[in-house]
Amino acid sequence: MKEKLLLDQERLSIIIDRLCHQLIENHNGFNDTAIVGLQPRGVLLSRRINQRMKEITGNENLLYGELDITFYRDDFRRRESVLIPNEQKIDFIIENKNVILIDDVLFTGRTIRAAMDALTAFGRPSSVELMVLIDRRYSRELPIEATYVGYVVDSRNNDKVIVDLKQAGTKDSVWLITNTENK
Amino acid sequence: MSKLSTRHLIGIKDLTVEDIQQIFETTDNFKAVINRPIKKVPSLRDITIANIFFENSTRTRISFELAEKRLSADTINFASSSSSVSKGETLIDTVNNILSMKVDMVVMRHPSPGACKFLAKHINAQIVNAGDGTHEHPTQALLDAYSIREKHGDVRGKKIVIVGDILHSRVALSNIFCLQKLGAKVMVCGPTTLIPKHINELDVLVEHNLRKALEWCDVANMLRIQLERQDIKYFPSLREYSMLYGLDRAMLHSLPKKITIMHPGPINRGVEITSEVADSDQSIILQQVENGVAIRMAVLYLLAAQG
Repeated sequence: MKEKLLLDQERLSIIIDRLCHQLIENHNGFNDTAIVGLQPRGVLLSRRINQRMKEITGNENLLYGELDITFYRDDFRRRESVLIPNEQKIDFIIENKNVILIDDVLFTGRTIRAAMDALTAFGRPSSVELMVLIDRRYSRELPIEATYVGYVVDSRNNDKVIVDLKQAGTKDSVWLITNTENK
Repeated sequence: MSKLSTRHLIGIKDLTVEDIQQIFETTDNFKAVINRPIKKVPSLRDITIANIFFENSTRTRISFELAEKRLSADTINFASSSSSVSKGETLIDTVNNILSMKVDMVVMRHPSPGACKFLAKHINAQIVNAGDGTHEHPTQALLDAYSIREKHGDVRGKKIVIVGDILHSRVALSNIFCLQKLGAKVMVCGPTTLIPKHINELDVLVEHNLRKALEWCDVANMLRIQLERQDIKYFPSLREYSMLYGLDRAMLHSLPKKITIMHPGPINRGVEITSEVADSDQSIILQQVENGVAIRMAVLYLLAAQG
């Protein structure tokens, strides 16, 4: 096992700021835009983005939700462990909204496929965009790409990318764990 | 979280406290799902479930069927009255014939206690007990305990009295097991003839006076008199039963605290409870029915996860 620090606290906060400004550039006024984080690990990033967006725009009424995709996954009964659902919080109408899905890592694309299914169970959004902090390039099993990318990583399939965001926003880090045994 | 400790749901007796907690937490999620505009999730889309009912049922059958459909499972329904059982086919033959059509799970209700356990030993599919004779009715007990948890925050430490025909009731037995596992105090109340002889072994309180029982409890679960299971007369008349063990508005209002009224259905209005009690704001009878679908979704989901 080899651990490599990809992003530290300082670079992460620059990236999060950049992602927020890209959102502001693309979404005029945010009247029909909703930020939706994916449970369980995407919500730490989406909460951070939502907080930062409020600070930058001064708009306290941004639509924000958290989506659980457990029941829409395509690997149910194909795994060793049970898929345990997480809390879901979407208390606005998805219909005709521009939705920005937020997850920490984009890898095979299967989570995002499930997320789009889960999202449409709440209505028909007028558009869906995807924001990820880490894009694991060349690992896709489905034709899915992110609209906003924080950082691109080249990794092998049995590597792991750990996004360690603290609730308080201090000592954040992103790690690449390489499995040296299979080299 | 880990898998349930059991591959089938035969009775509450086989479940651990962790199993029950896991079922409740999953139920919370499914309750959110069935209150959304699109009430369906695709989790069980590659699973076929047979609902085999050798005994009449409205609520349980519809509730299971709805739960299965909300999980996107394929379902087949089978009622013994319109089947080859009346031509003399045995239980194993009937079920094996259904299973050879590639069914993954069987939800069964049967008049004989132990029928589900017997079946689980002899066939490969996963079995969910929807009531076996006077033995157990696990999903009913789970939804009852879940409804108490929802109304009172927790089941631990609550005082629950089960009133009525304890002798013939699978709901009573499953409820006693479930509530005790979750740390509640349980009392049974009814005429001596309808209390099982060895009830003391279950560590429950026994009371024959309805008023005393209701003054003691936080929640009263009023059972139906199961005339169809009574081969002899256990009390002189329904009228006398209802005068001694029926709950009416006057009695409910004269109690020192506001107790919660539950009923597993079907209600015989005017026998075990009057209409005013059944429809009062202290009754959670319809919430029980709503929770029933979510509980059954959680049970089917968690069992199916074991593959």
